[in-house]
Amino acid sequence: MVFYLVSIFIVAFIALYALMAVWAERKVSAYMQNRLGPMETGKFGLFQTFADIIKLIQKEDIVPTAADKALFFIAPVLVFLSVFMGFAALPVTYGYISSDISLGVFYLLAVVSIEVVGILMAGWSSNNKYALLGSVRSVAQIISYEIPAVIAVLSVVMLCGSLNLQDITMQQGIYAADPIYFLGIWKVNAVGGFPAWHIFQAPHLLIAFFIYFTASLAECNRAPFDIPEAESEIVAGFHIEYSGFKFAALFLAEYAMMFLVSMIAVVLFLGGWNTPLPNIGSLALADWTSGVAWGVFWIIGKSMVMVLIQMWVRWTFPRFRMDQLMSFCWKVLIPVSFGCMLISAIWKLAVI
Amino acid sequence: MNSLTNRRKVIEQKEMTFWERMYLPAIVHGLAITLGHFFKKKQTIFYPEVKREFSENFRGQHSLKRDEEGRERCTACGLCALSCPAEAITMTAAERQPGEENLYREEKYAAVYEINMLRCIFCGFCEEACPKEAIYLDGDITKANYSRDTFIFGKDKLLEAPLK
Repeated sequence: MVFYLVSIFIVAFIALYALMAVWAERKVSAYMQNRLGPMETGKFGLFQTFADIIKLIQKEDIVPTAADKALFFIAPVLVFLSVFMGFAALPVTYGYISSDISLGVFYLLAVVSIEVVGILMAGWSSNNKYALLGSVRSVAQIISYEIPAVIAVLSVVMLCGSLNLQDITMQQGIYAADPIYFLGIWKVNAVGGFPAWHIFQAPHLLIAFFIYFTASLAECNRAPFDIPEAESEIVAGFHIEYSGFKFAALFLAEYAMMFLVSMIAVVLFLGGWNTPLPNIGSLALADWTSGVAWGVFWIIGKSMVMVLIQMWVRWTFPRFRMDQLMSFCWKVLIPVSFGCMLISAIWKLAVI
Repeated sequence: MNSLTNRRKVIEQKEMTFWERMYLPAIVHGLAITLGHFFKKKQTIFYPEVKREFSENFRGQHSLKRDEEGRERCTACGLCALSCPAEAITMTAAERQPGEENLYREEKYAAVYEINMLRCIFCGFCEEACPKEAIYLDGDITKANYSRDTFIFGKDKLLEAPLK
């Protein structure tokens, strides 16, 4: 019963979140450009995306004559599905996880990669050169950037000794069973809060976090890694031929993907549903702000902050060129992430 | 050599140091700039509800003027139409009949006076050409519309309201 309730909650929440995230993205971009963004539909334009989605659903569903019809239909479903499948393995709060599998991290990394197939399908079946170029770029980029992301994740998993996301979360707060240390020196089992998070448990995990964050931006096809959708070069990339509801599905999947990678980053590095407030002497902030309801609040709140940072980054930096993109991944991120993994191995043997 | 403005800058192109090649300070600086703009005062004016003040020599929609007794000043001389570079103005002249002295100032007046607002470029040559001070571009921005034939403005839209 709880399983179904949690699942329904997640699906409903993600659909609502995606709508609000599109609105938030427009607001953030507007404010960074000294504009106000949508203001007319509802208070502060809050209902703008609801109006947009109603419009998109009403629109004619155009299928290009030369398109590969079957693949054209499957592609948005596959993209949407792969993102939503990822949420199944993420811990929602203390003791609640839709699918408590022991290979959670592995499952997530595998499921998120299915999106690539969907994108390639969308680009190929559209029978449009821009769409094909966009999807080819996207596949090249996502496959390249998955390597540093996975290795950065591995350096966390090596320290935890577990692939279960609930176990990984448990080790980052006051519920931890094993002794945990802030920077490897100060035992913080009783303190909890942000010093117990993985990024502060070892200095190299902070670097691993930034590598994962950068690579996750590329996996979401977001600026500065948005060459698959580069508006000024290839119009809209792989979803150029999509209209109506299928376009809406692709668009919402993109924003759900942002939330998914943020949530993975939060679970692996930023303490998951653990509170960021530490116990300070008699001021037991961590004990007061821990629990089932607080857990939901913290994990969603932290993920939202990560999504906002992704938007902030998008509206700050210019787009990479293809060769810069590849050389940055293969010459900078991958060696550094391997270094992080090596330090993790030494850390596991020598420090704790 | 003195520069015309004091804003001249000599560009130095040195090889970047290792710290600069890391781009990390530049990344942080860029994020700080956008965050700064996030909290700046916004310039937006909510146009239909709030209007920005026009400058004094703003040229908007034309109006045909009346004199102090409320008579139409235009005498249909056609100088405005002649001066119009966009050929937007046409008119038909008529003779003032006895008993219409309170309506028209001169013995000749414009029975039809039309400006095609889609052709008009708001240069203001018509008001400069007018010897009777009968036409001025002192109105608001011309309203948008859906069909082209609504943009030929006749005397009903151009003429000033009669004096009370």
